[in-house]
Amino acid sequence: MFAVRLKQITKRFAQTLANDAVDINIRQETIHAIIGENGAGKTTIMEILYGFYQADAGEIELFGEKKEIANPQDAIDNGIGMVHQHFMLIPPMTVTENIILGLEPISRSGILQLVQAEERIRTLSDEYGLEIDPQAKVEDLSVGLQQRVEILKALYRDAEILILDEPTAVLTPLEVKEFFQILRRLKSQGKTIVIITHKLEEVLEISDDVTVMRNGKKVGELPTKDASANILANMMVGREVLFSLSKNDVTPGNTTLKVENLSVTVNDKPRLKNVSFELKEGEILGIAGVEGNGQTELVEILTGLLKLDTGTVWYLGEDITNLSARKIREKRIAHIPADRKAHGFLSTYTNAENQILGFHYREPFCRPNGFLNFPNIRENAKNLLKKFDVRPPLPDLQTGTLSGGNQQKLIVAREFSRHPRLLIIAQPTRGIDIGAIEFIHQQILDLRTEKVAVLLISAELEEIRSLSDRTLVMFEGEIAGEVSAATFDMEKVGMMMTGHR
Amino acid sequence: MWEILDLELIASGLRLSTPLILAALGGMFSERAGVVNIALDGIMIFGAFTGAVVAYETANPWYGLLAAMALGGLVAHIHGIASIRYQADQVVSGTAINLLAIGVPAVLSNALYNSTTVTPNIQLMLPIIHIPIISSIPILGTLLGKYSILVFFAFAMVPLSWFVIQKTSFGLRLRAVGENPEAAETAGINVYLMRYYAVWISGLLAGLGGAFLSIAHGSSYVNNISAGRGFIALAALIFGRYTPKLTLVGCMIFGIADAFQIRVQGVIPIPVQFIQMFPYVLTMIVLAGLMGRAHVPAADGIPYAQAK
Repeated sequence: MFAVRLKQITKRFAQTLANDAVDINIRQETIHAIIGENGAGKTTIMEILYGFYQADAGEIELFGEKKEIANPQDAIDNGIGMVHQHFMLIPPMTVTENIILGLEPISRSGILQLVQAEERIRTLSDEYGLEIDPQAKVEDLSVGLQQRVEILKALYRDAEILILDEPTAVLTPLEVKEFFQILRRLKSQGKTIVIITHKLEEVLEISDDVTVMRNGKKVGELPTKDASANILANMMVGREVLFSLSKNDVTPGNTTLKVENLSVTVNDKPRLKNVSFELKEGEILGIAGVEGNGQTELVEILTGLLKLDTGTVWYLGEDITNLSARKIREKRIAHIPADRKAHGFLSTYTNAENQILGFHYREPFCRPNGFLNFPNIRENAKNLLKKFDVRPPLPDLQTGTLSGGNQQKLIVAREFSRHPRLLIIAQPTRGIDIGAIEFIHQQILDLRTEKVAVLLISAELEEIRSLSDRTLVMFEGEIAGEVSAATFDMEKVGMMMTGHR
Repeated sequence: MWEILDLELIASGLRLSTPLILAALGGMFSERAGVVNIALDGIMIFGAFTGAVVAYETANPWYGLLAAMALGGLVAHIHGIASIRYQADQVVSGTAINLLAIGVPAVLSNALYNSTTVTPNIQLMLPIIHIPIISSIPILGTLLGKYSILVFFAFAMVPLSWFVIQKTSFGLRLRAVGENPEAAETAGINVYLMRYYAVWISGLLAGLGGAFLSIAHGSSYVNNISAGRGFIALAALIFGRYTPKLTLVGCMIFGIADAFQIRVQGVIPIPVQFIQMFPYVLTMIVLAGLMGRAHVPAADGIPYAQAK
């Protein structure tokens, strides 16, 4: 029995064909993954199922019956719930208020019946092991718990089919584990679950079936047990994807960066405690850890954004402790920040303008009289956009209109173009597609071959494992352990990340 | 000079708080739903003018009251069309209404009564309520004894507004569209309609606040009758962190300050212009001390593009 059958769904937005005669069959009581790169049309087709968009052609069948779904309300009435990538929650309100919104139980005099609603939410939460307090304010909940509130919202509306758009993008590794347990429990209670994702390991771990999409078309649908990361990646990208990166043998040279006893307190909370390490030329040093364990502060100290309380930073034998961000950049230390939208570029600036940020004040981009040299700026952008495969390669386009992967490539292009001797790169592949990930990873390895020292901070263990020569694990502002590439063990590092040594 | 600090000062302060309370509560509905309403002052002026004219022409203050509310609602609706449907900048739209309120009543008043500054005195003012037993008790009598019916109404609106906003589904939806309209829309709520409701309520209440000035506190419309009270009401609302109870406190502080400056005129040897500045300076000090601490509704002032 199929919970959902999408037949020949076609949807066109202006000039792009977002969905081109797509068929998807979702079996009842299964977890069905829909994968594809950004822009493959996977979110669009699910938003058609949820009534956000109307298909130009095609049919929707739910539990064997043909249905017209004109708006989200129709979808909800037909037992479909959707958890969006950006949560549709109202932070200053309570869990209960958020869940009942639009479907409020009221007494005959129009008064909200919060107590009854709380009771029902508590029951649902217990039934699926969600552990949500209905009276808590949403803004006080962690992202992982907020996601569960979204799931509860759908369950409260009697959803039988639950669509989750990139559900693990915002979760820590531990939260992902708990989240998968919840999905399994939902499945065992009879719910049908669709997850939209581009993370292959997760597809293989959690799903029963998988549909692969590329450029608006379905390129395959198969039981997960017949799939492998290689098969899926090749289908997604449409060509052979090199999972094993070409990593040359590089003998580390002299010490580039040496930090001693770094300690810092932010808002009365100690964030870094006596952190010391060394990084050599041609070496990639990974910093693993659950986010919020001091990695941000470490990066900010090394890039001049945060002042140290105690400790010393040595760079090529020189004391650069507490130098300004500009002085540090002038020493050819490149920084690719974790949150590219907040710290990497200005979304309303053009690609050419973003391409010179931090170097805008000197030649060749600035003339001695203080005016910008636009011909040079555009020329620079043209070359870099081409070299780093930023699409579309237009210097005058606003950077905010690019996809995440292309935005990241733009930043990588800017930072790499100044020939760094030390690269500090945080979450380099967050939220970007496989093609771009592969490209950026290879760029990092190429720098290593050129004897650049790389400090790689990532919450993705797989990324750290495949790139780093050595890895430090951070936990609560301290170095909780060190492993070399040869002795890297996922299980062991995962334990260190949560404070078990 | 200390003899002016008596119970009569408090009583007079409560009276002067009344238009502020009505306008501020109106503003609260609007802003909690995400529409900045700096047109409150202009709406009050329109309300005061309409109230005075209709009360005079019909010789019935109640008709004046209803007309003031109706026109307040209508002017607010214009603000609503501009800022909700056409997603205009809400501050610009509100400013336009405030500017209109400077000119339109003067022109109409000139056409009707040959005077750009005042309308004729109304024959009957709104009734004063004497609470029978309390008005004969010495202290309470002075404090609570006799007020216009609108004063009681305004104070009663405070808990009522709280109840509507916190305890009804209407209030929950109103808050939702002011915090995260996208989430509200996903939950099946008509964001535009909710915002129109909120703006209408703000117009009704601000119009009523204006009518208080011309047919309850005074007995005719005079030029610039609001004297910036709509803006003081907004200040009280921000001081009150967009909650009814604290907003009431803010309105009362300003109302009593206003009563104080009126009574102190001529009593202490300071030029009257400086004394008149007192409530306004107080507003600035209070706001400077509070700015940035209140939780402003997250979508306040941000136009929303609804799907349909």
